[in-house]
This record gives sequence, C-alpha cells and structure tokens, in this order.
Amino acid sequence: MTQEQHIKPIYTVNPWKFIIWLFIISIIMLFAAFTSAYLVRRAEGNWTEFEIPVIFYFSTAVLLISSLTMHLSVKAAKKDDIARLRTLITVTMVGGIAFLVLQVLGWQELQKAGIYVKGNPAESFYYILTGTHLFHIITGLGVLLYAFYSTFRGKIRAGNTTQIEVCATYWHFLDILWVYLFLFLIYFR
Amino acid sequence: MAAHSIAEGHGHAEHGHEEHHEQGFFSKYIFSLDHKTIAKQYLISGILWAVLGGLMSVIFRLQLAFPDMDMSFLKPVLGHWINESGKLDNNFYLALVTMHGTIMVFFVLTAGLSGTFSNLLIPLQVGARDMASGFMNMISYWLFFLAGVIMFTSLFLPHGPAGGGWVIYPPLSALEEANPGSGAGMTLWLVSMAIFIASSLLGSINYVTTILNLRTRGMSMDKLPLTIWSFLFTAILGILSFPVLFSAALLLIFDRSFGTSFYLSDIYIQGQALPNQGGSPILFQHLFWFLGHPEVYIVILPAFGISSEVISTNSRKPIFGYKAMILSMLGIMFLAFIVWAHHMFVTGMNPFLGSIFMLLTLIIAVPSAVKGFNYITTLWRGNLIFTPAMLFAIGMVSFFVSGGLTGIILGNAALDIQLHDTYFVVAHFHLVMGSAAFFAMIAGVYHWFPKMYGRMMNSTLGYIHFWISFIGVYMVFIPMHYVGIAGFPRRYYQWSGFKVFDTFADLNIVITVAAVITVFAQFIFIYNFFYSMFKGKKASANPWKSNTLEWTTPVDLGHGNWPGEIPTVYRWPYDYSKPGAPDDFIPQNVPFSATPESNTPEENDLIAKEKEIENIKFDYSIPD
Repeated sequence: MTQEQHIKPIYTVNPWKFIIWLFIISIIMLFAAFTSAYLVRRAEGNWTEFEIPVIFYFSTAVLLISSLTMHLSVKAAKKDDIARLRTLITVTMVGGIAFLVLQVLGWQELQKAGIYVKGNPAESFYYILTGTHLFHIITGLGVLLYAFYSTFRGKIRAGNTTQIEVCATYWHFLDILWVYLFLFLIYFR
Repeated sequence: MAAHSIAEGHGHAEHGHEEHHEQGFFSKYIFSLDHKTIAKQYLISGILWAVLGGLMSVIFRLQLAFPDMDMSFLKPVLGHWINESGKLDNNFYLALVTMHGTIMVFFVLTAGLSGTFSNLLIPLQVGARDMASGFMNMISYWLFFLAGVIMFTSLFLPHGPAGGGWVIYPPLSALEEANPGSGAGMTLWLVSMAIFIASSLLGSINYVTTILNLRTRGMSMDKLPLTIWSFLFTAILGILSFPVLFSAALLLIFDRSFGTSFYLSDIYIQGQALPNQGGSPILFQHLFWFLGHPEVYIVILPAFGISSEVISTNSRKPIFGYKAMILSMLGIMFLAFIVWAHHMFVTGMNPFLGSIFMLLTLIIAVPSAVKGFNYITTLWRGNLIFTPAMLFAIGMVSFFVSGGLTGIILGNAALDIQLHDTYFVVAHFHLVMGSAAFFAMIAGVYHWFPKMYGRMMNSTLGYIHFWISFIGVYMVFIPMHYVGIAGFPRRYYQWSGFKVFDTFADLNIVITVAAVITVFAQFIFIYNFFYSMFKGKKASANPWKSNTLEWTTPVDLGHGNWPGEIPTVYRWPYDYSKPGAPDDFIPQNVPFSATPESNTPEENDLIAKEKEIENIKFDYSIPD
C-alpha cells in the first residue's frame, strides 16, 4: 500500500515554480534577520519615534492594487483572454513603477522632516528596511518586465502560463512582504 | 583544436532525447552550462585558493615559531610587508590570518567542496541530464569567480586586505582608524562576500530543486545515496543562513560608508568622540554567528556524505544505519540554527541564556556520535580496500572524532570562558571542521576523478600524500591543544614578550615544522591531479565497483550524461556483498527480478512493483 503511494510520477512540479519559492524563503530569512535585529536594538533604548509620512500609505495601496491586477492577469492568461492580459499586465507594471516613485518621494518627505539615514538607528533602520525591499521590488520589476515582453510577443497563452504564474508568485510575495514590513514599522515604532 | 575534436566525439555518441549541437570553446569550457564542467571549474578554483590559503598559513606559522627570523627571502613576494630588518609587518600578520580564514572557510570548503561535488554528483546520482537550471548554475560559478577576483585584488591594496579576523567584528572592522586593513581592504571584503552570498544562494537553490524535482524513475527519497542527502541538507542550510550574513554585512556596510550607527556607540579615537550613538556590536555577533554556526555544518555535511559513500564502497559493505545517518544529519542541520550563541559565551550574556545554549550545543554530540559509530561499524569486518580515497575518508572520520571530543569541552560555558580565543579553539576547529572537511574533499577527488576526467590518479603518490598529511595534521594540531591550554591567545603576532610562554617555544617550532611539511605535501596531490588529468591511466566505467548511478555512465560522458535513456532505479545504493549474489556489488539499476538468488523475501515482494516503476511517465509537457 505504502509502496504504491511512493510510485508516482516524480517530475510533477515545474522547476521554476519550485525555484521561486526557494528564492522567497531566502528573502524571508533576510528580512527575518533585519526585523529581529530591529527588535533587539529597539529593546536597548535610545530610540527615536517619528511620524511615517502619509505617502507610504498611498504607496501601499498602489502595491496592493498592482497585486490584484497581477492576479487578474494570470486568470486572463489561463482563459486565453490575451487582450485583457495585455491591459492588466501593463497596469501591474505601471503600479510597480508608481510604487517605486512613491517610495522615493516618501524618503524625500522624511528628509524634509529631518529624518536621515545617518540619524538614530530607528531612522537608519527605516531606510534600510524600505530600501532593501525596494531593491527586491526592482528585481520583481525585472521579472515582470520579462513577463510583459513575453505577453506582447504572444508567448503567454492558456496552457503556457508557467512564466506568468512564477512572476505572479514573486510579485504577490513582494506585496505581502511590504505589508508585513509596513505594519511592523508602524507597530514597533 | 582539442575542443573541436572533443566536440566531434560527442556527435556520434549522442542518440536519445537530448539535442546536441557543436559547442565553441567558450560555451564548452568557460561559460558552460554543463554541471560537470561547472564542477571542474569549482574544483580547480578551490584548489588554487587552497594553495594560496595554505601558503599564507606557512608564513604566519614561521612568524609564530621563529619570531626573530629574517624573512628577507620573501621580499620578492610580499614586498613592503617585510621591513628593512627582514621582519613581517605586524598588521600584515593580522591580514594574513584573516585572509587564511576567509579563503579556507568560504572559498575552499564552501565553494570548493559543496560547489564541486554537489554540481558533479547531484545530476549523476539522482539520474538527471543536468541541473534544474544550467543558466543559474553558470551564473553561480561566475559570481563566485567575481567574488574571488575582488578578494584577490584586495591582497594588493597599499594598506593590505581586511585584517579584522574572518569574523570581522565591529568596531574593529567598522572604523578605518582601528586597523590598516579596516579601510579599503574591508570594503572589498564586504563586496566580495556579498557577491559570494549571491553565488552560494543561486547554487543552493539549484541543488535543492534538482534533488527534489529531477530524480529518475524509481529514485524515491529512501533510495538516494547519502551524498545526495548531505548535499540537500547543506543547500537548505545555505538558503536559510546566508541571507542572515548578508543582512549583517549590509548593516556593516552602512555603518562604514554611510555614517549609520547600527554597531557603533560611545567610541573615542585619540580623545575625540565619534558621532555614532546607540549601536550595539553584540548585535553584529548575533547576526554573524547565526550564519557562522550553520556555516561550519555547510562545510562538514558534504564531507559526511562523501565519506559515507567512499567508506561503504571500499568496505564492500552496506552503510551501517542508512536511516540513522540521514536522521543524524537532519538533527545536526536543525541544531545548527539554535546553538549560535556558544560562540559568544564571553560577551557578557545572561548566564541562564548561556546554559541553554550550552545544553543545546552538547546535544549535537549525540547525532555526531551516531555518525562516528556508524562509520566505524561500516568498516567493522568489511573487505576493506585501501584506495587513497578510502584512506582519506577514514582520516576524515578520525579527525572528526578526535576534534569533536574537544568540542564537548568547548561547548561548556564554564570551560569555554577559560579557553576562549586560545589556540585550543584553533586546534579544535581545524581538526573537526577544517582538516576533516579537507580530507573528505581530497577523498572525493581521488574517488570521482575517473568520472571527472576519465583517467585514474596515481595511487602510490596518493598513499604518500595521505600518510604525510594524516601524520602531519595530527602533529600540528595535537600539540596546539597543549599550547592553547597553556593560555596562548589567538591572533597574536608574537609571544616573545611574555616570559611564561618561553617554555613552549619548542612546541611552537614542532607545530610549524609539521605545518610546513603538511602544506608542501599537498603539492604531491596537485602534481598528481594535473598529471593524471592528461597522462593518467585510462579509467574503466566503474573502477571502484560501486553501485550508484554515476558509474553507469560511459567513461567519456558528454552533455546529458547518459547517451540513451536514463537508467531506472530499483534498489538502494548500498547492496554490497549481498549473500547469494555472484558479485559483491549490485548497482541501483539492477531490478530485483534479475537477482532471485540474493533477494530477501521482502525484496521478492517488490518484484511485482517493478512494472509500476517502469511505467512511470514523466510529464514532459511541463514547459521550462
């Protein structure tokens, strides 16, 4: 009985779908290290509090919307609705770039309020966490750009959605990661 | 020319599913996607780094044994690091120990060991044409190469390479004023390590994916050779721990270059207070050792796997306790993440916390002892064949046991406070992790050389190499324990300022002489390696009469590994000396129906299942 369960086709998961999860695990470890360092450091005192500019709430909303359109574009791809897919993936791209711009504007806002990278560790950590996340958003945009390119070359269609699914997994992850970081930064100020 | 003729040789060997086209020199030897070529690239880079790291140790060992020695003869190599009176510059001494540690731990025993054997053996032993992503694999090697180039460049900086120890504790590593090596040398160290981490992650992700997704028909997890299990655990450790080192390094980079204060606080330089406030250097140690401790298992786990395979094959006996071996490696992997603070007993941590970490640390002795006993019981009453690989694998077990014993001493917080940062620690980890992993790496090279280059290495030179190295390593590190108990601190340029240490001057000379002989004995191996690559005796397809799948490939194996279909796996990899069987080995791809004379009743029941294994259909429709 157990033997029968062993004997199954082994090559069932597309390697890329698996690889992206391993990348995600390593990124989780990176941010787990950062946020635990943050908590350890915060517990030691000498920690300043500052207001998080409103612009970061907007950027969060933009990223959530782009995650939604990413989800819809995978659905469209599975239904072979190419026109809809093209629109949705373009919206996702634009959303990602808008997030990037908003984050940078948010940093400028912080600088105006006198919060610098060079300041108290509370302030430095804010830049490091958002900055490292932003770096990963840039890699996500790279993956997204590749999917965008494949979409417009007509390579993504029903039955051939691996690429866009992998892209969506990564993009959703970056979205969830940001929500986690943002809530973390608000809660543990 | 040579490249062309080999490429032609491929042409007629190929029939089967794989598509092949002529490869140019660059795509075949430089930017190759073939896991075997990438493995060789890792191996040869590893050997070059090991030579450099080994020669560095010779220089600082000479300094330690003969503090008044005239080193002018090294002036052509070291230049201004040897001063007018022929003395080694004391800051350069610190840079040498730092670089020796960094090179050996990361470039030789992580990239050189894991990179070589994971790449070579994973596809061959699980029955895959190549890694899950050949492209990622290639990027992984070339990032490692780039990291190496940067680290190598740092050796030639006017103020020397990084000098803060391989653990780069701030504030020493964070402030340029602290040490000449903490300037540009440290910057390059950090950049190089950041790239190295990226390379290591790409490699590890590929290894895990290949092992879990690309196994051939019948290769269920309980039929995997122990080498593959060990590479799997190593890769998981890497994926989970290297990002943490990256976070530690990134914060250090910001402290050094952008004026943040993550690790710096209340520091005065020449009476001037630095602006940095509120940082904690202990935070760095926590982050560093959260990688640093798993890192030593990243080094030793592949060594376990390689020696299991070599010892079982050459004892002509099944490995003793296959599942116990897997579980103990799993246990070691798990414990690796919850013992890091035993490196920090003297940082003023809460003694209660210290005793928890002490307890967890001592628990590691249990799975380690299971492994030690299993190796010895595998050897027990085996038909031992002492090939050079076998000798080195036994040497690995010996070092692991004798070095592991002092681990129990150092794991005790109370004893560690006495022995911390002495040569006792140096002796401990050089035996248990350094020499043991190094011996397993050498064992692996002797054992799989026929698969890599289609030729045999000279075994007489192998025996000479083994005995000099084996005796040499013990001659270096056993006396070093005594020196450590006597209180000799690590990383000191010279001890002649302390009267109390004069009694041990002779012992230090013994250590140095043994170290020099041991290091130079490695050139026998290097000569043997490169000579055999071109002029060695031609190997047969299965020279060691081994069971695993890599030996079912032809001697001259091309891209795609098997010219025809990939063999199907029916049995575990350790059917050696099975009662009733005509030969003393039954390869994994021999079905039970072909060996009725040696089957156990349970195995006879498995014959019915063979059809099911053969009927497994691979879902080739999944696009890449």
